[in-house]
Amino acid sequence: MKVPLSWLREYVDLPPVTAQEVADRLTAAGLKLEAIHSHGHEIKNVVVGRVLEFEELAGFKKPIRHCKVEVGEATPREIVCGATNFSEGAVVPVALPGAVLPGGFEIGSRKTYGRLSDGMICSEAELGIAESSPGILLLPQDTPIGADVVELLGLRDDVLELEVATDRGYALSIRGVAREAAIAFGVPFRDPAASEAESGGGESWPAAIADPTACDRFVLRSVTGFDPAAESPLWMRVRLARAGMRSVSLAVDITNYVMLELGQPLHAFDRSRLSGPIVVRRARPGETLETLDHVVRTLHDEDILITDDSGPISMAGTMGGLHTEISETSTDIVIEAAHFSATGIARESRRHNLVSEASKRFERGVDRELPLAASWRAVQLLVELGGAVAGPGVTHAQVEVSPVRITIPADHPSRVAGVTYERESVIRRLEQIGCVVTEGAAPAATAGHGVAATGVLASGDLADRLAVHGDDLITVTPPTWRPDLTDPNDLAEEVIRLEGYDLIPSVLPPAPAGGGLTEAQRLRRRVGGALAHAGYVEVLAYPFMGPRDLDNLLLPEQDPRRRATRLVNPLSEDEPYMRTTLLPGLLKILVRNVGRGFADVALFESGLVYRPEPQAPATAPVLPVDRRPTEEELAAIETALPRQPLRVAVVLAGEFERSGWWGEGRQASWADAIEAARTVARAAGVELGVRADQHEPWHPGRCAALTVTDAETGEPVLVGHAGELHPRVVEAYGLPPRTCAMELELSLLSPDGPAQTPAVSAYPVATQDVALTVAASTPVAEVEAALRAGAGELLESIRLFDVYTGPQVGEGNKSLAYTLRFRAPDRTLTVEETTAARDAAVALAAERTGAQLRGA
Amino acid sequence: MSNTYDPVEVTPLHADEVARAQADALAAIAAARDLDDLKQARLTHVGDRSPIALANREIGALPPAARAEAGKRIGAARKAIGEALATRQAELEAERDARVLIEETVDVTLPWDRAPRGARHPLTTLQERIADAFVAMGYEVAEGPELEGEWFNFDALNIAPDHPARSDHDTFFVESVDSGKVLRTQTSPVQIRALLSRPLPVYVVSPGKTFRTDELDATHTPVFHQVEGLAVDKGLTMAHLKGTLDRFAEVMFGAGITTRFRPHYFPFTEPSAELDLRCFVCRGSSAVPGNPPCRTCKSEGWIEWGGCGMVNPRVLLACGVDPAVYSGFAFGMGVERTLMFRHNAEDMRDMVEGDIRFTLPFGMEV
Repeated sequence: MKVPLSWLREYVDLPPVTAQEVADRLTAAGLKLEAIHSHGHEIKNVVVGRVLEFEELAGFKKPIRHCKVEVGEATPREIVCGATNFSEGAVVPVALPGAVLPGGFEIGSRKTYGRLSDGMICSEAELGIAESSPGILLLPQDTPIGADVVELLGLRDDVLELEVATDRGYALSIRGVAREAAIAFGVPFRDPAASEAESGGGESWPAAIADPTACDRFVLRSVTGFDPAAESPLWMRVRLARAGMRSVSLAVDITNYVMLELGQPLHAFDRSRLSGPIVVRRARPGETLETLDHVVRTLHDEDILITDDSGPISMAGTMGGLHTEISETSTDIVIEAAHFSATGIARESRRHNLVSEASKRFERGVDRELPLAASWRAVQLLVELGGAVAGPGVTHAQVEVSPVRITIPADHPSRVAGVTYERESVIRRLEQIGCVVTEGAAPAATAGHGVAATGVLASGDLADRLAVHGDDLITVTPPTWRPDLTDPNDLAEEVIRLEGYDLIPSVLPPAPAGGGLTEAQRLRRRVGGALAHAGYVEVLAYPFMGPRDLDNLLLPEQDPRRRATRLVNPLSEDEPYMRTTLLPGLLKILVRNVGRGFADVALFESGLVYRPEPQAPATAPVLPVDRRPTEEELAAIETALPRQPLRVAVVLAGEFERSGWWGEGRQASWADAIEAARTVARAAGVELGVRADQHEPWHPGRCAALTVTDAETGEPVLVGHAGELHPRVVEAYGLPPRTCAMELELSLLSPDGPAQTPAVSAYPVATQDVALTVAASTPVAEVEAALRAGAGELLESIRLFDVYTGPQVGEGNKSLAYTLRFRAPDRTLTVEETTAARDAAVALAAERTGAQLRGA
Repeated sequence: MSNTYDPVEVTPLHADEVARAQADALAAIAAARDLDDLKQARLTHVGDRSPIALANREIGALPPAARAEAGKRIGAARKAIGEALATRQAELEAERDARVLIEETVDVTLPWDRAPRGARHPLTTLQERIADAFVAMGYEVAEGPELEGEWFNFDALNIAPDHPARSDHDTFFVESVDSGKVLRTQTSPVQIRALLSRPLPVYVVSPGKTFRTDELDATHTPVFHQVEGLAVDKGLTMAHLKGTLDRFAEVMFGAGITTRFRPHYFPFTEPSAELDLRCFVCRGSSAVPGNPPCRTCKSEGWIEWGGCGMVNPRVLLACGVDPAVYSGFAFGMGVERTLMFRHNAEDMRDMVEGDIRFTLPFGMEV
């Protein structure tokens, strides 16, 4: 809302303070300053002049006039002017040499088109009144020559641009802002809507409300003999421009001016285009209306319409119809001022994607008592400025409405704020905003509005449960311009904000006994820290993906990762799905980094993936809000939502250990990806199982399935995969060759409990090396597992220190060299004992994997 | 020990023998050119098989009358040799330090960036820091799904079915506009989940990912992060809300940094306020005319931080909490925005794109 300070001052006696000070007070009251627009402060030396005579200069590309202009000095000035919209005797604004125009534009005396130009005749645009103007500004003939134009036209003004919260519809008007300003400065407020509106004389045009849920007040007034050629006066055009509205025509400007001033949207019909009584009703199937913007709109059966015998003539509170629009020839006008359902207009505006100044106000709530006064004000202006004659009578259709009443203990605001307010202050503040406050409880507090207000009204049980009990009750009837005040806490807020939010003290509540972070939360942090310490950089990719990703990853038709949740309105049609895997986002970010010149990149992300269950219900119910839902109702929502497990993934390419002056580095490999999984498992305190697998998008020969052991069954549980990516995946994403990746489901990693303290033996270690020959296809993990199991309890650790293939071990074989370390908790081991343990280890490896002890 | 003695074996105890052994030892020590020579001299002249050591072992075999004198003689020799060894040891070590260690000098300014360098995303670590601030105040960290039921995201929060936020201009709808499922537009649905699942009183903070259909630019991103706080207890007031947020501001931005409330409207709180943070750079001084301007707060003295208010009793009712007994407060702020002004990040696109140059400097914590 743009509020010219000069307009505000008409209705509130502000002290002589700066615009910033006014804005500060309003901001503190909840009307937040967005910007102050200053106008005309720099303009000087522009005076009223009269064109005495002019000579048309020939020979130039456009018509040029050399004028003699009287400016209240001893002799007229010679001024060259490129406009032609004036005749001799015209009264015009003249910038004299030395004048300054908006933007710091200085005017001097200069020679142009071969003549002296001793100043400039100004247009509205040059004076900063309009965006553009076709010719110079013509002033009324009786304007005093030589007068200062800035003073005369009120060009000097500050406009406060205020952000109005969605519940404060009343503040979308000079009237509403003036009331707040008056309270903020403690000065009197003059209500511009308070003038006595003429209300007798029968109907001005027959009208009826057919749907009382759509409209509860409908007022029509008419004028005749309006001069369609009459122009809007400059002061009105200036104010409209400052408030951010375009001047259209006098009749339309008047409806906009009244709307800005009072907050009541008005609509003007060409009376000659109306046929038969006007009815406010909802749309019927198949009805259409061509609106002012020349769009033929198909109406929805909930749309609120103004209709006559011809059908729809206007979309209520949103946009008028083209046929009944005020035209350049309209002389007889019907003015509509109504009170429509806020939610009804909100829906209508949204359905048709039509946001107008009127719909904005109706949506936020308009004063139900304004239509009579606002329409009367418009008629007065049409008469005064457009030469019209006020038509007899006024049409006033309405639905009886009982006011909202809210009963609260007088100390309720104090109990909400934690500040003690005097009882008198509470009542005074409520009265300042227009409430009527009475002592005691009202017998039937909280009745209803005629049409749905901005807030959802509490009624029946809900009202009872929202009621605040206590002693010293007062009953508050909010003013008609505050439909947002429906609940006890709404009243508390009004008192607290007007007394000042800055009065609220800072008090820490007593500390509750918290349990700290959960195990899962701590795990997530540890995993992030561990991967970062291991050299991975965390990214937060958008969790979206597209069908192309599923193909790029080579996912088979039946792969569950293809079962993805689709967005109705995705950011990009290329990525309409919620991710089912973290890899696409990571891979694209990897490509971006490589593209920016970073060939060696290791990234990780931990985040949710979205895995819809095939049998899940399609819709999640929207439950009632006036009570706690039942467990069954809540479960119905949960089962409709996809499973959203937490995953962690890494991708890496280029060198994982850098080359440098110390020698060659090391390329990132499948082993690093699997090691990243082990890093995660270690952070989780679980043992990770690794076995060969074939799983897209990994290289079929370089892919590991990652498992943990189920604590109850002892069975391995698949938690993810790691390894080198399939070359076709690398190609599809444009990744560096041999890019590697790991992804696992963090939600599945849970330690069995606190780690158990090991026995630390101080007896000496006994070391035995063994070299085993096995078939090249035998997984090392199986050999090691057999050695461990065979070696028994004396084994402290086992380490593979060499893998050899070559002629000495035979075609199709490999040699594995291990160091076994043995130690007992209670004695020094003898050579015989350790040898026996080693032999048992080798024997079991031989039995399980066919391993042969080399050199045996 | 034997009471008999063998006169042949006691030759080394003769005074001149001892003197010779001592002289040999001292000569060898003096002649040692480096620490290895000295080590050898030590072995030869005071080692287990050295003449002095042998003589010392024989003392016990002397007649008692002779023991004292022999002991004294040999003790003096051992002391002299020991002192000479220590002196020479010190000399040679000093010499080595002066020569050999200098020869071994390396260029310690050589780089050693062999291991890859990782980092955590500042939005993650900032969320953790915020959570920690509240955990220290006794709060617990609550979580909820990102793909959420509309009832949790809107209805239960008193956001009416016709509220503008519920259009596809703001909200990502899932599967169909009538599916009752959306990408959560705020972390507030976690409030509802906390109230439905936890025993009262409830003090929770919930950082997390949120979604709105904005275009990505320097100050907007469609996928962003919020931190939500909720306290529901008996007798909570706006003063407690202010106290909590002031404390939070201090923990995040330093002592003396407080907050300011401005009246505002949110459906889920009543009364509601917008939350400003005292500019932690100029501490408000730039707002005073004549003082130097401040880039961080644009010389307003305050920075818009988030929203807050007293939990709307309608929200409590929807969660089965009796507003006649309990009251609560809630607050929320954008994590990206907090990162922007706490760390001078100027462009949200950097937080989204995953360029390692953006993330690396933040290290492990912010």
